[in-house]
Order: sequence, then C-alpha cells, then structure tokens
Amino acid sequence: MTPATGTSVYDNARIVDPSRGIDETGTLIVTDGVIAASGAGARNQGLPDGATRIDCTGLTIVPGLVDNRVHIGEPGGEHRETIASACEAAAAGGVTSIVMMPDTSPVIDDVALVEFVLRTARETGAVRVHPAAAITIGLGGAEMTEMGNLRGAGAVMFTEGRKTIANAAVMRRAMTYARDFDAVIDHCTRDADLAGAGVMNEGLFASLLGLPGIPREAELLPLDRDLRLARLTGAAYHAAKISCAPAADAIGRAKADGLDVTAGVSINHLTLNENDIGEYRTFFKLSPPLRHEDDRQAMIAALNDGTLDTICSDHDPQDVDTKRLPFAEAEDGAVGLETLLSAALRLHHSGDVPLPRLIEAMSTAPARRLGLDAGTLRPGAPADFAVIDIDEPFVLDAAQLRSLSKNTAFDEARLTGRSVRTVVAGRTVFAA
Amino acid sequence: MTASADHPLYGHRHLLGIAGLNYPDIATLLDRADEAVDISRQREKKKAVLRGLTQINLFFEASTRTQASFELAGKRLGADVMNMAVASSSVKKGETLIDTAMTLNAMHPDILVIRHGAAGAAALLARKVGCAVINAGDGAHEHPTQALLDALTIRRHKGRLDGLTVAICGDILHSRVARSNIILLNTMGARVRAVGPSTLMPAGIAEMGTEHHVRLEDGIHDADVVMMLRLQRERMAGGFVPSVREYFRHYGLDAAKLAHARPDCLVMHPGPMNRGVEIASEIADGPQSVIEEQVEMGVAVRMAVMKALLDPRRNEAVAP
Repeated sequence: MTPATGTSVYDNARIVDPSRGIDETGTLIVTDGVIAASGAGARNQGLPDGATRIDCTGLTIVPGLVDNRVHIGEPGGEHRETIASACEAAAAGGVTSIVMMPDTSPVIDDVALVEFVLRTARETGAVRVHPAAAITIGLGGAEMTEMGNLRGAGAVMFTEGRKTIANAAVMRRAMTYARDFDAVIDHCTRDADLAGAGVMNEGLFASLLGLPGIPREAELLPLDRDLRLARLTGAAYHAAKISCAPAADAIGRAKADGLDVTAGVSINHLTLNENDIGEYRTFFKLSPPLRHEDDRQAMIAALNDGTLDTICSDHDPQDVDTKRLPFAEAEDGAVGLETLLSAALRLHHSGDVPLPRLIEAMSTAPARRLGLDAGTLRPGAPADFAVIDIDEPFVLDAAQLRSLSKNTAFDEARLTGRSVRTVVAGRTVFAA
Repeated sequence: MTASADHPLYGHRHLLGIAGLNYPDIATLLDRADEAVDISRQREKKKAVLRGLTQINLFFEASTRTQASFELAGKRLGADVMNMAVASSSVKKGETLIDTAMTLNAMHPDILVIRHGAAGAAALLARKVGCAVINAGDGAHEHPTQALLDALTIRRHKGRLDGLTVAICGDILHSRVARSNIILLNTMGARVRAVGPSTLMPAGIAEMGTEHHVRLEDGIHDADVVMMLRLQRERMAGGFVPSVREYFRHYGLDAAKLAHARPDCLVMHPGPMNRGVEIASEIADGPQSVIEEQVEMGVAVRMAVMKALLDPRRNEAVAP
C-alpha cells in the first residue's frame, strides 16, 4: 500500500481501540498514512497547518477489521471472485486486511504462488492481502510444504482451507515443524467418515427435512486430537471455526492448561442457526453446518468470556452453478466480507456482546495472533481504520454486493450499522 | 360423480408434502379420493374434468409403479399426460434440475409431477415454474400421495384414523414414506409407533410424534395397522444392519410376530416388497394384507389431488 501524504484529522468521533482499552470521544490524526495521534487527548497540540479536517460527529472509528478466513477464486476461479473484487467487498465492509485461504487452483503451496498473490494484491487490491499457505502439498494431506520458504515469502500462517488433515502423524510433524518458524497452524476440523454424506446439523430439523445430518462429534474428534498434538508439540494452533458448545469447552480447557491455542468462529455461527435453512435455502449450507440455537448462544458466551479469540467472515464465494441446486448437491459456503461488520453489530444492538469486544475479536486479536501490524489505532501504526455509522438501518440487497458472487446468508436482512468510510494507509478506499 | 363444488376449495397451490396441511385439508382430499375410487370401478372410467390440460411426469428416479399411477390418474381425468424419461436424457449431460424445469415450464404444462433423489427438489422446482407441482417423492423428505393413499386405505377399512395405533416398521431413517405418514397420522389423531433398529432411526424420532420401539413384537403389540417399509439392498450389507438373515429374524414380519398385533390388524407395504427380508410371503399374500388395495387407492388419491389443485373455482376465486 502506498501511504497517503499529508495530514487528515477525524474529529469528534467515538474512538474504540481495543488494543489500548480505549472507548472515548476524541480525534484521530493521520500523517503520511500513519496514525499520529488518537483518542480524547489527540488535539491537545492543536491542528497541524494544512490539515484536512473531517467531522465525524455521531460516528465511531475502529481499527480496520482483520478477516482471517477469506476464500478467493483467484487464481483458478476468477468467475467467483478475484483478489480485486474481494478487496472491493472488504473495503465496503470496513475490512482493511484479509487473510486469503490457499485452496485456489493451483493451491498456494509454493513460493511462486505466494508471490503471485502479493503482486496481484499490490497491483489491483484496495486493502491488504496476506496469503495463508497450505500445510501439505496440493492440500493432499500427506507431504509438508516448504514452510520456511513460504513464511519467508510472506505467508502469514498455514492452513488446509476447507480441508481437515486426517492423518495424525502428518499433523503432528506439521505442527512440530511450523513451531520452528513461529508459524501458526490454522485448522478447520471435520471427520470425513463421521460427517459422511451429512449436509446439515444432525437433529430433529434435519430429520424433518429428510437431509442427512452431521453430528457435533465430527467436529470434536479431530479437534480433541489436534489439542492433544498441540500439547505434544508446543505448536501455535488456531482452531479456525468452531461451532458447538463442547468445542468451546475443549478450547477453554486447553487454554487453562497453558497451551498456545486460540480459536475462531464465523460470523454466521454467531448470528444464525439451523432453522434459517428453512425450506432448503442453500445459501445457509455451510461447513461446519449451522447448529442449534443453544450452540449459537454458547458461541456468544465463549466470545464474551474470552474462550473464543477471533471472528471471521468465512467469506466463500460460490456461483449459481454450485448453489442453485437441491440442498444436498449444493456447495458449502457464503460470502461475508461486506456483511461481517453489520452482522456483528447485531450482537452489539441486541446487547449480547459489547462493541469493544466485537472489534477486538474482528481486528486486534486476529492481527496479534498472526503478528500483523494492524488491529490498533496506536500512534505509529499504519492508518487502517473504519468510520462506522453504528445506528444506520438498512436492508441488504444481495444484487448490490461488490463480490462477484452473491451467495449471502443475509439477503433482505434488516441490519443496523455499517462502515461509511474505510481507510487503508491513510487513503480512503471506500466512502458511502 | 358429484360436483366438485361439494368440497371446500383446497387452499394450496402445490402438494409438496404433508407438512403444512391441516386436518380439513387432508380430510377433504380423502373425501374426494373416495369418490375417485368409484370412478375407477366403473366400466367407463374416463372423465373430462381435466380435458385440455397438460400433465408432465418428471421422474429423475425410475419408478414404474408411481409413474404409472400418476399417468393413469391424469388420463382418467382427461388430461394430456407426457412422461419425461429424465434418467436417460439431457440431465446426464449436466443440465441442472432448474434448467430442466425452465425448459418444461416454457411448454406451459398445467401440472408437474416430480420425483427426485434430493430432498427439497420439489420445493425448488415449485419456486421456478408457473404451474402446480406434485411431489412424487424427494430424497428422504416426503412422499405425500403415498401417505394419503395409505390413510385412505386405512380409513376405508377402519372407518376412521383418529385413535388408531399405527406401527411403521423398518428403515425410517431413509424413508420419505415414513416421514409423510408420521406427519399425516399425527395430524389426523392416530398414535404412531416407529419400530426398527436404532441405526435406521433418524435423530429426534421421539420429537417427531412417535414412540420408538426396538423390538418388532413390542412395536406392533395391539396395533390396528402395521406398515412395513422396504429395506434398500445397499443398506443391508453391514452398513446399517449386519445381514439380511439377521434383519428378517428380528424385523421381518411373519405370522408369529403378527400375532402380537390386534386380530383385525391391517398389513401394509408401499412396495416394491422384498419378500423374505422385511415381510414373509405368507403375510404379504395373507388375509390381513391390503397391499394390492393400496395400489388401487393410489390412483384414486392422485386423481383427487390433481382435481383439487386444478379446481376451476380457483380461477374464479382470484378473478375480479
């Protein structure tokens, strides 16, 4: 990102900076793409000469969101999403950094692919794009990738994307090796045999729809295994997206035992449940599947008590070809970059989760976990932030989404609050 | 035949499942079906009720029996019936269900009958076409005309549905017939038991309004009706039950087991039967069996459903 030059002053805003525990009315001053000052005391030295003043009365400024789980179709599936279109969607949603999943075609398992992503993002992307590299070559679950070289080229973490490594020995060695390079292993757990042909959460609702169910245990068995391996290897492990109450319990125990373990949840599992599937609506077909309302409540509780660290959009663009099918035949996934913030604000407005906690989980915590220079409004940090109108009501129109794919789980949803200006390195990359 | 004006107007555009129908809806369809039985038993069976209307049977899963039943029902009412052999057509070339539906919709049918292997396929189709849709079976979801014909068969023998004890036995997990029957019988006030090994029971079976029994003898004890379900071949070898002989020993209906039910208990099967797997031949062909009659009721129920969906009063009701 080429930083902006000059000084801009964002005045009279509510400034929420979880990295410093700040929630106060004040000012944010940006000079040459870097935050010069922020908070209630930022204007003590007066306005610098030639500064541009932007009045933010009634608005809230938060660090730009850091979305640590974004699927993009480039390379290989550019009709679903390009790096440029994903960045545009991110900017409109207040997201300033995205971690891109490696399950592209070809897979990001080689230094050349990491460089391709970084170069394409530099040339076409409005926000910061950080590639995650595959743990195993071709996501095949067998041979380790060149983690040292990939890390050196700019891969921020290692993950199998949608896939789960079934072989415990492969997982153990990958975790052991990754630790030597201070790399986080990010893993989404699903036991392929136990999940079987399942397409939604196992239970009464699946039975009534006549759809094969996926038990919670399909998520829990490999998660329990991974947590034991994290203990064995001392690896930095991030459970990418957990969805049920017993998984949160397992993470809580691992943390209490002092393991280097963190956990994420997708915004979908915080705001939706299996009943949203209604009459076979494929945009609600996700992995892990949307669970029972009790599980959603457990995710909210785990977010509030710190068991859960991060919230991701789990942005997964799918074409009509893969979604306009009978439920069991449709692909998993929903787009989410543009709605992540607005959907999360539902939890603020409902009183479930305080705003600073939401911003911490969507910005400060994922940045900290991956060592990214983001997720903060501290002086000296890159000026990546979002100006939010927290009370603006709107009805989402899927057709208006910037993403090339429109498979949102929030079509026609009533949402309250959105980014009205998104800034990366001091440059406004989106303005409503 | 009495005029359709004797019956209340059926308030739904499609028949996608039993879920969503209330007691009067179901009672009306059964009353209409009773009349249709009389038509089918006359020498001159053809009526002109649906003359000039087009019915398309769209069967993505082969089913000679159900397709023939729908075809006969349409023809007896005077409709032009077209069977699309989808299993062997462009669907194999990658055309999606929606594309097929749009193509057929352009031919302006009045009624589409669909069978598909995926749950929700009929509902998906109904959202995309401009005509009435009848679900002839979608995955493990519903098969509403089967449940209606089962109910009609029972009602004609027992005079009622409410208060009866009905045992549905076998592979309930994969059965759309069982789901539709459980919903219908609960709506009509019957007491429903789900009988079979726990590996063949869906999650939440008790919450669906059934009592689950593992032993067949307990499940059919004092039952008024026993419905046996077909066990698909691919479920037999070790996946869900260990073997055919073990299944027949524990869950196959034979004379000794049937003795636990009421002496006037009806024996039903949606067909096609696996003799010697879920039902012994002596029972299938025995005096308590109404399996053949179910086939006859099938045509009547399908006539009744089509007449209800294409009732001309529907147009008058929406006309200015």
